[in-house]
This record gives sequence, C-alpha cells and structure tokens, in this order.
Amino acid sequence: MSVKLLLAKAHVEGIRGFDVYRREGGYQSVEKALKQMNPESIVEEVKKSGLRGRGGAGFPAGMKWSFIAKPEGVPRHLVCNADESEPGTFKDRYLMEFIPHLLIEGLIVSSFALGSNDTYIYIRGEYAWIVDILEDAINEAKANGFLGKNILGTGFDCEIHVQRGAGAYICGEETALIESLEGKRGNPRIKPPFPAIQGVWQRPTVVNNVETLAAVVPIINMGGEEYAKIGVGKSTGTKLISACGNINKPGVYEIDMTISVEDFIYSDEYCGGIANGKKLKACIPGGSSVPILPANLLLKTAKGETRYMNYESLSDGGFASGSMMGSGGFIVLDEDQCIVRNTLSLARFYRHESCGQCSPCREGTGWMEKILHNIEYGKGKISDIDLLWDIQRKIEGNTICPLGDAAAWPVAAAIRHFRDEFEWHVNNPLEAQEKNYGLAHYADPIHVPVTA
Amino acid sequence: MSEQQLFKVTIDNITIEVPAGTTILNAARQIGGDVTPPAMCYYSKLEGSGGKCRTCLVEVSKGSEKDPRPMPKLIASCRTTVMDGMEVKNITSEKVIDARAGVVEFLLLNHPLDCPICDQAGECHLQDLSYDHGKEGTRYEFERRTFKKHDLGPYIQLHMTRCILCYRCVYTADQLSKERSHGVLDRGDHAQIATFIEKSLDNEFIGNVIDVCPVGALTDKTFRFKNRVWFLKPMDAHRDCPTCSGKVTLWNRGDEVYRVTARKDKWGEVEDWICNTCRFETKNTSDWVIEGPRAIDRHSVIAQGHYQGSVGMHKPTETFAAVNDGRAPHLLMDIHSVSEVNKDSSL
Repeated sequence: MSVKLLLAKAHVEGIRGFDVYRREGGYQSVEKALKQMNPESIVEEVKKSGLRGRGGAGFPAGMKWSFIAKPEGVPRHLVCNADESEPGTFKDRYLMEFIPHLLIEGLIVSSFALGSNDTYIYIRGEYAWIVDILEDAINEAKANGFLGKNILGTGFDCEIHVQRGAGAYICGEETALIESLEGKRGNPRIKPPFPAIQGVWQRPTVVNNVETLAAVVPIINMGGEEYAKIGVGKSTGTKLISACGNINKPGVYEIDMTISVEDFIYSDEYCGGIANGKKLKACIPGGSSVPILPANLLLKTAKGETRYMNYESLSDGGFASGSMMGSGGFIVLDEDQCIVRNTLSLARFYRHESCGQCSPCREGTGWMEKILHNIEYGKGKISDIDLLWDIQRKIEGNTICPLGDAAAWPVAAAIRHFRDEFEWHVNNPLEAQEKNYGLAHYADPIHVPVTA
Repeated sequence: MSEQQLFKVTIDNITIEVPAGTTILNAARQIGGDVTPPAMCYYSKLEGSGGKCRTCLVEVSKGSEKDPRPMPKLIASCRTTVMDGMEVKNITSEKVIDARAGVVEFLLLNHPLDCPICDQAGECHLQDLSYDHGKEGTRYEFERRTFKKHDLGPYIQLHMTRCILCYRCVYTADQLSKERSHGVLDRGDHAQIATFIEKSLDNEFIGNVIDVCPVGALTDKTFRFKNRVWFLKPMDAHRDCPTCSGKVTLWNRGDEVYRVTARKDKWGEVEDWICNTCRFETKNTSDWVIEGPRAIDRHSVIAQGHYQGSVGMHKPTETFAAVNDGRAPHLLMDIHSVSEVNKDSSL
C-alpha cells in the first residue's frame, strides 16, 4: 500500500458531512495556517513541497502563487478550476463528490495565502449534482466558523462561490474560464497579460486545479519538506489517477508516483490487469490530449528502462517515444481496439470543442476529423496520412491556447506509433470495416542499441 | 513629463527605435514593405482586436537585451509589445513562412472562393493574403461549410460563408454603438456572426462594419452587384454632416456616385468613422464637396483605378520654355496654340 494523502479518509462513513470530516482531523490545516503562519510562509511551504499543478501542465504551484501581483487596494482572487472535461479524466469529480470538505479546506488555506476574500469554484455544467454537494459543504463550513467574516477570530474574511459552466471543454483553459466566470463568451484570452497580473475583472488571479488545491491541506499539515519526500525527483506527493478503458478495475486511484506503469496496470491494488484476459495494445496515460503510446513504449522507455507513473518518466523520450502525465486520465486500450477509430473519436471531440477564435484550430480540427472519418470508413488514401501529419504540424504551437496542441498531439502520436495500422486501413478498406488490425507488433520488445 | 522611453527592435535585420509599448506589428509597419506581417483581424482603431487570425505570426529570435532567450513558439506580432533589443524574424524565418502558408490554407479551407460574384473582390484582404502568402491549390476535398441565410436589415448584406471570424465587426459594433446587437453564436467551425433571433442592425454607425470587414462577409446592400470596385474612381469628398465628420471617399464612375465609404489608410484601416446617412443615403455628386482623387496604395487591383493626373485633374505643366532658355516655341505655320490647329487660319 502506498501513501494516501487525499483519499485516505474517502471511505469513512459520512465523510461528506462536516462533523465526521472534522472528527477525522479535518480543518486542522486551516487552524494551523491562519493562526500560526502568515501568507508568505504558506507560499514558501507550497514551494518547498514541490507541488506541481495537477490539471495537466504540471507547472509548480508555489511558483505560480509567487507570481501573483499585489497592487495596493485591488482585490485578488483565487479560482478553483473544477471544469474537468478532458475525456478520461474524472478524478476531481470523485474528490468533490466524496470528500468535498477537503477541497473547501484547501481553498480556505490557499485563499489566505493569496489574499483572496472572494474565491470561486468554476465547476463544469454537467457536474450539476456536485454543485449541491459543494454548496452544502460551504454552508456547513460557514456555520462552523471556517468561512465568512473573521474566520476563527483571525480577522480573515473569505467567501467561496460556486459557479457552473455551461458545458464547454474550452472553459477549462484558465483564461477562457475567467472570461466565462465574468459572464462572457468563453474564448481564451491572448497572453500576456497573464491571470496573475490581470485575471478576473482585471484583478490579479490564480487559477488552480481541484486536486492541486486539495493537496495544499496535507502540505500544511505535514510541512512542505515532508511532503516533498513522498514521490521521486520533481514528482512529489501523491497523484490521483482516473483509470478507465479495458481494465478489470476502472476507478480513481491515489499513487505516490514511485510505481511502475506495468505494476499500475497489472497489480490487483490498482487496475487489476486487462479485462477479459486480453492483451494490452496501447494507452493514453494522461487524458485524451497527451500522446498515445503502444504497449512496448508504455512499459519501457526507448532506452529500455522501466517506465514509472510520474511526470519525468512518462515524458521520457519527449514526444518521439514518450508521453505526458497530463491530468491523470489513464485510458487503456486492449488488442481489440482500433487506433484509427480511437483517434477519430478524439478528433471529433476537439473539433466540437474548439472555440473557433483562431483559424488553425477552428479549421484544422474539422479537417482532421473529416480525413480520419474517410480513413476509418474505407475511403482513405495513403496521401491522407501525410496530409494529417502536415495539418497537425501546422496547428500545433500556432494557436492562442493549448487546445490546438491538445487536438494535434493525439493525431500526431497515433500516426507516429501506429502508422502501419493507418496504412492497413487504407489498403484494406473492406476488411477494415469488419475487423480490427489487432495487436500486431505493438507489444513486441523494442530493440535497444547497445552503447559501448 | 519624462521623456518617452525608446526601445530598439530589429525586424528582419532592420533596426528601428519605437516607443515602449509599441507592438511588433506596428513597429514593422513603421518600417513598411515586405517586413510588415499581414494582419487580417488586428485593427489599430479597435480596442482588443487581434491575435485571432494568426497570419501575423513572427519568430522572436532574441527576447530582449536583458533576456536574450528566443521565444519557444511563433507569436502574434499584433498583440506582442517590443522589448529593448528584441530581434524579430518575419520573412527571414522559414518557420514563419511555413506557418503563414498553413494559416492561409486554413482560412481558405471553407471559404467559398466566389470572388467572381463577390463585391469585395479587388479590395479583399483575403485575396491579397492568398496571392502573397498562399499556395496555388487546396488539399481540401470536402464540401465547404454553409450557413443559414441571415438578414441584417436594409443596408448590410451578410455572407457568413465568406467570414473568417476576425471579430472586427463585433468590436466595431461594441465600441461605436451604445447597445450591442450582434456577436458570435456557436463555437468552433460552426461559429457564426449573427444577431439574436434575426434582428436587423439599425444603429446610426453600424455601416462601419462593412469597412472593417477584411473579406466580403459584410457588404453594402446599396452597392450590391452594381459595379466592380476597380472600375470606380475613388475621390475624397466631404459634406457638412450633423452626425459624423462627413469625410468620405466617393467611388464614382463618370459623374455617378456608386458607393460611399470611409477613408482608409494604407493599412486598409478607416481614418474617420462615418454615419449611415453619409454612407447609404447620400449618393448625389451635388451632396458632396469633392476634394480630389484619392490614392490607394494598399490593394493591387483597386490601386489601378486612379486618376493619377490623366483626366484633367492636374493640368500638365508646360516645359518647353524651361528647356529652351525661356524662348517661346516657334511652331510650324505660326500655330501658337493647340486650340488654333483646327481653325481656319484665313479667318
């Protein structure tokens, strides 16, 4: 059993309510932070902890906090990004649904550290029932003096507001989220200025993922240095992984980032192996945007080393032979899955979710979907594969926000690693309608050149 | 007041000093020529515009004197301010040329290419852009996107299929009129400019959206299909208008005023916003005080329609005396005036 910091108490009966949560040691970090610490020392602890943003990009949270501008007389805001819409990612939903007070506790401490008197939770519209859970938790916290005016007699005021989105993936991008929170169309802003300087209503703002803010609680309770001892290298602490796809035990797991990918998939503590006794073909390890990896590159890096479930190891080899930790949406595909069809599904998603503001993403995502549709339904040409490659190359990096990259990477990785499957689809259009390419050589060991 | 700080910026190996806070695009416009990146959505008169079309992407090979690291991605020059010592590559960067060709292809992907029947043809920024930066053919083999027709009232014709979603008209309506009645509906490739439930646009200054539109998505209904713009002669004119400055460009053929637009500078941007009355309702030559021909040097085709002194606006100067030591010419048969040629000399 590895260390559990966030979900350790998630199965205690009644933990969703304030009384049980408090009895189990909840809200200690608020008492510690507000009474014994000052905002600067909290930011310092978070920096020491090495906590990295859990929303996907993995940017150090303490660093992000220290960037916030502090102009005289201008309110600052903390915004919690609960717009979890990445296909394959459902960890925040679990956390908010089962242990909502952990997020509220983290929000209070973080609001104190950043000087935010009005803190917002921007939650995806489809999580309608979680809004009620969060608002109940907020009301309970308020009734017990942990929110509202003069919290615990320290003179710190804080209100938490829950704002529902209207069902747009793009509003998970922090500047689009801010626009949407302000009541506008959720188009990403052009950066700079960054939210830390001009965010919500032109005020300095920090936007953090649910899990990041929840992780502040154990950091304050145990101290940043202790927290940094969990995990390995720059991947400190624990990470929630939402595992899904063709595995025996889909669900949300908390890992301490020292476990290998192979153990994570096959051990009974976690995914419990591939369902129905099939073989592993491919995996998208960090939510739909990150590059897909074939089984052989997933379990071992190109250098032949074991791949671990952490930021560095998953991205080992760059995009040529690696992937990303992303948001922790671990999607497993078995030998019966078709990579072309999977890529088409993702391309359709990104075409549907593009905001349409900048041209490469607006036009390119639709084009890629149409070509993939042709290939999948037996009307593709060999030249389409190179065309897809060229389109994704012209989208990536040329857009306002990372949605363009997120749309380009899955297509690029699928072609990079599964080109022969695409070619098989093109060359055997009739056969491809009835059966799949299968596992082929995707699990074969990779030849590692020996260096003298 | 302290003296304005000047930043030194090098664009395609040409160094220029500009005030702090200038964008890369505006610095490049001061240099002019091929160094200036094309801009389809940026409009210097509209706050918040720019950054969307991605045609003005440039490479920053040196961030600044203090932080010489290059920027990892291509950046939108219209929305990035210069730093002291910044080095920018526009047409000297392969990456930029490649990305720009990509953007042009994306912009033309769903564009109907109905230039032969489009009123904007000849003064269309997308035409210019594709001539300058595009490829000959398209690799797109699918049906192009269409939209439900949308009526914007008696003056403005909306062709959503031609729209490149630059948002300029949205900013114009926002910033020139008090109430906003149109915007972008839907998202992604089905996003469209529209009013809420087919309202028509009836603000006194709303006609300016026609001038800011870089393509033929918003055109003048009172000029629709009347003439090709390159057959018209642009003339600067003004009138006493109670609503706007009254300074316009008339587009004439013979004595007839075919259309009225705002005066545009060499970047195709409006100099003075004009009102609907001037634009749509005042089409008699007698309504206007004509100042003279307007030179247009931005667009290739409409720049051909200049008077350029050929139709009697500039009287040719007599040079004979100057080159002949001040002596008047001795002409054959003592004809001393052109008008006398056809006269019967015996009378």
